Amino acid sequence: MKNRAWFFLIPALVLMSISAFVPLMTVINYSLHYIFSGSAPTFVGFENYVEVLRDPTFWGALTRQLCFSLMVLLVEIPLGIMIAMAMPRQGAALAVCLVMLGIPLLIPYNVVGIIWRLFTQASIGVVPGFFRLFDYSYSVALNPVDAPVTIFVLDVWHWTPLVALLSFAGLQAIPDAYYQAAQIDGASTWKTFRYVTLPKLKPVLILAVLLRFMDSFKIYAEPLLLTGGGPGNSTTFFSLHVARKAESYELGYAGAVSIIYLFIVIMFSFVFFQAMTNIGKGEQQ
Amino acid sequence: MRIRKRHIALIVYFVLLFIPIYWMIITSLKTDNEILKELTFFPHELTFKNYVEIFTNPFWRASFANSLTYVFLNVVITLMVAVPGAYAFSRWKFRGGHHLFFWLLTNRMAPAAVFMVPFTELYYILHLYDTCWAVALAHCLFNIPLAIWILEGFMSGIPREIDETAFIDGYTFPQFFRKVFFPLIGPGIGVTAFFCFTFSWVELILAKALTVTNAKPAVVQLTVGIGAEGVKWGLLAAAGFLTIIPGAIVVYFVRNYMAKGFALGRV
Repeated sequence: MKNRAWFFLIPALVLMSISAFVPLMTVINYSLHYIFSGSAPTFVGFENYVEVLRDPTFWGALTRQLCFSLMVLLVEIPLGIMIAMAMPRQGAALAVCLVMLGIPLLIPYNVVGIIWRLFTQASIGVVPGFFRLFDYSYSVALNPVDAPVTIFVLDVWHWTPLVALLSFAGLQAIPDAYYQAAQIDGASTWKTFRYVTLPKLKPVLILAVLLRFMDSFKIYAEPLLLTGGGPGNSTTFFSLHVARKAESYELGYAGAVSIIYLFIVIMFSFVFFQAMTNIGKGEQQ
Repeated sequence: MRIRKRHIALIVYFVLLFIPIYWMIITSLKTDNEILKELTFFPHELTFKNYVEIFTNPFWRASFANSLTYVFLNVVITLMVAVPGAYAFSRWKFRGGHHLFFWLLTNRMAPAAVFMVPFTELYYILHLYDTCWAVALAHCLFNIPLAIWILEGFMSGIPREIDETAFIDGYTFPQFFRKVFFPLIGPGIGVTAFFCFTFSWVELILAKALTVTNAKPAVVQLTVGIGAEGVKWGLLAAAGFLTIIPGAIVVYFVRNYMAKGFALGRV
């Protein structure tokens, strides 16, 4: 029986190893060499890693990225759950809500960047126009606070619907009997949410937290299109930093950053995954 | 009274959600002059020039065809390998399964920027570079894990007894899959297909790195117009709006599946 499981997994594993394992090995190989366009690569061991860890722009990008990703989780997850709970349970209204939530998700990253660039253009955009009412001169191109805040709002706008859709799926799967029981026990709205809804949503929330964390770490096209990573380095998130190095053919450095990057994301995701899987295990027993 | 308040909040949210999309649509219907002159909340001089330009330009048309081709290929490939994979995870506990399950998802974490160069080399060797197949296969990197995670949730929601009863009734495995199991997880497959479609459709970095001319997709074509001789906002907005349409059609068709599918599984 157990061998049958592997039989079913073979196609997926073969494809994944071609599209994941091979490139990963290549990147590790790069990270151990000094490569500059044209010249033959020379083996340098861990020198690239040392260089990365000494590079202040790397630490800047990392700090910025971690703050951004944690903020994204703190806002999008609760907001998504609230939206899912406010949605109608059935009928035509539900179909309309699902379609509307689906639409922002279907906008390609760079189109999102274009929309928001248009939105925030100095003299023709809506956002600067809106802030002019309050005598605040908003500018993504010049103000190093406005730019990251705008990226953050953009991300919340673009991806909260995903959390909402996933949470809604989780809510739908909770049998009414649980709520009836809670009502009979006289549980308050908050207590019902805390002890019935939230534990039942756990599997979905694990997926939502992991997806949002990983994908926010990958944010690339939006800051690139909005301000090109500026002003200064204020919106140079991690992917942008890696891509800049790769595009200038510093493949050794880019490889090393990539491996550190992967290590950080996998570590954080694993902690989230373990923590969320274990939360509430004690309560249920 | 409480229900009312909740619905008002929801409506406010949807209005906020649609302001940027509304802005894109009206921009696509304005003339370039009007866009650059001042802030207007609806087009004073309605024009379809931007759309006409896209539909008559063979490069734009080809790019939309390319996008649709690789997204379709990707969804088919992903579902073909993810359905058996998810079945294995949902039905059998095997050594290392839990870790393998998590490892699969870690592949989604890889930043596309990291894999750009190796992918280019890999598909060059395989003679797939600059074809829709290259992009379709590359997107499997993040879609297969997601599909397996979502489908596993749906399949775990179906009691194991159903499998056992079917086997006792004398169904062979393929028969059971086709006649019993497949109809049961149909909505789940619909939801999964929607998510795979979405993520493949919106991806930019790999699609850009793996195509030059023959297979250039719409998302890449879109960034071409930026930077050169002043941004053609109207044209970009029109193209941007057009990129939403195929997806919106897909959502419209799977919406009932989504409602049903979401009711069925824990995702």
